[in-house]
Amino acid sequence: MTLASPGRAVFVNQLVKRYGRTVAVGGASLEVETGEIFGIIGPNGSGKTTTVECLQGLRTRDSGEVRVLGLDPQAQRNALRHRIGSQLQESALPERLRVWEALDLFAAMSPHSRNWRELLEEWDLTEKRDTAFADLSGGQRQRLFVALALVNEPEIVFLDEMATGLDPAARRGAWELVRQVRRRGTTIVLVTHFMDEAEELCDRIAVFRAGTVVALGTPPELVARYAGRSLVRFTDNTEDLDWLRDCPGAEEVAREGPRVEVRGTGPLLAHVGAALVAHGIAPADLRVERATLEDAFMAMTGEGAP
Amino acid sequence: MRGVGKLAWIETKLFVREPLALLFAFAFPFFMLFVLAGVFGNDVDPTDEENLRVWRGVGPTDYYISTYVGLVMASAGLITLPLRLASYRETGVLRRFRAAGVPLGVVLGAQVLVAIGMAIIGAAGIVVAGRAAYGAQMPESWPLVLVGSAMGLAMFAAIGLLLGAILPTSRAVQGAGLTLFIVMMMISGSGPPREVLTTVMQTVSDGLPLTHLNLLVQDAWLGFGWNTGQALVVVAITVVAGFLAVRFFRWE
Repeated sequence: MTLASPGRAVFVNQLVKRYGRTVAVGGASLEVETGEIFGIIGPNGSGKTTTVECLQGLRTRDSGEVRVLGLDPQAQRNALRHRIGSQLQESALPERLRVWEALDLFAAMSPHSRNWRELLEEWDLTEKRDTAFADLSGGQRQRLFVALALVNEPEIVFLDEMATGLDPAARRGAWELVRQVRRRGTTIVLVTHFMDEAEELCDRIAVFRAGTVVALGTPPELVARYAGRSLVRFTDNTEDLDWLRDCPGAEEVAREGPRVEVRGTGPLLAHVGAALVAHGIAPADLRVERATLEDAFMAMTGEGAP
Repeated sequence: MRGVGKLAWIETKLFVREPLALLFAFAFPFFMLFVLAGVFGNDVDPTDEENLRVWRGVGPTDYYISTYVGLVMASAGLITLPLRLASYRETGVLRRFRAAGVPLGVVLGAQVLVAIGMAIIGAAGIVVAGRAAYGAQMPESWPLVLVGSAMGLAMFAAIGLLLGAILPTSRAVQGAGLTLFIVMMMISGSGPPREVLTTVMQTVSDGLPLTHLNLLVQDAWLGFGWNTGQALVVVAITVVAGFLAVRFFRWE
């Protein structure tokens, strides 16, 4: 690691955290640049949340080096606590606490808070201002938690499964707000199990598996590196299509009834199309499926999205 | 400490929004007043030496009224306060407070303020009810009673924090806190007078915080003066419980 690294927004080197005999994080390393939206993805139990909790100063690490805004979240928690915001995965508020009271309370805990009425507006909670926490829907609670994480104008905000419980429209709304937050200059660390969310929002992504970072890069880099193969699909009833294997780059031809899938590398669509036309076949639905982060994720972790 | 005031005010509002919890917090002492004043009345027979010894020379209602004040404080410290802390831990409220940078002192300070406020209201209520409905005697020395009561509030606040710190769940509090409360209610002088307890019960009673608080406040109330020995015990319990509470507090 370079000497300049600890000055980054987040710097983690060989972080280890055990719970009894279970190793939750076993030597994870990553860096988050100032102003970046940094994603953390990985299967359940891969150490994402534990890592973030170590960054927030909520857990005591067993070994390794951690710096957030240049500070050690464990030893310098007091200096750090007003400069970071946290939306936690599992937590609650008192049942009868009203939305405005929660924002007002959390704002009072920090010396430099935003006007929480603006946050109510931004996160679409104005109508729920006087509603008790227990009477909020899952999505409303989630939005409140994010708003609470932002009330102290943090330099870094940690969003752990922000979109859980949001319907698709609200999820897209939340993405736009996250981008806005970044435009204000806040660095964002986003733990998510929604691949589309990570692909859409994040500048860079760390992929966790079994307590370590197994891949790190921009979404297109990860897709190219781990899901480089293309998939060409079309429908046709011709019995013998084995000649498609001779197309340059084609590796695998699979069919189920009329549905045909050709997997391979390179400009596969062009070669398959040329071969089909040469055999007098011109399927109307010939298309190539671009690999997504989800495909890359499955290739990297050996499983589907958690 | 702007934070403590704000959180204490919110906690107060939360309490008022749960009328059942409010009622329960005060129910036992009033129930004891109603039952024991009804059973024993407030008459003194100056010729019955045994009776004078058991009731310290005063009528039973006069004897009991100060101990109900102690009972109100015990209810706040053994049930209300730890129940709130434990349920906050269980549901992740403490975790969220911590992540938001709410200092431990603010969380505990606010709970203590609310518990003390509730206990003061309850104690005032029991004194007014005892006076109005059963003609209970008012303190011989208000200053000593107030000082002793303030020490009692501090002691049960500390005990409440300790129970809230070491009992992991609200179920544990409901079990342990309620058991402790009922034991104290029965043999700390708020139930049968100490003089009629068996030797074993008296020994157990000596180990209960409420016993010492009751003796301290009762002495001041009935005109027996300031009981320095009991006052020291009350202070010692406060300090030890407060220290252990902060030492063993867990956010999650």
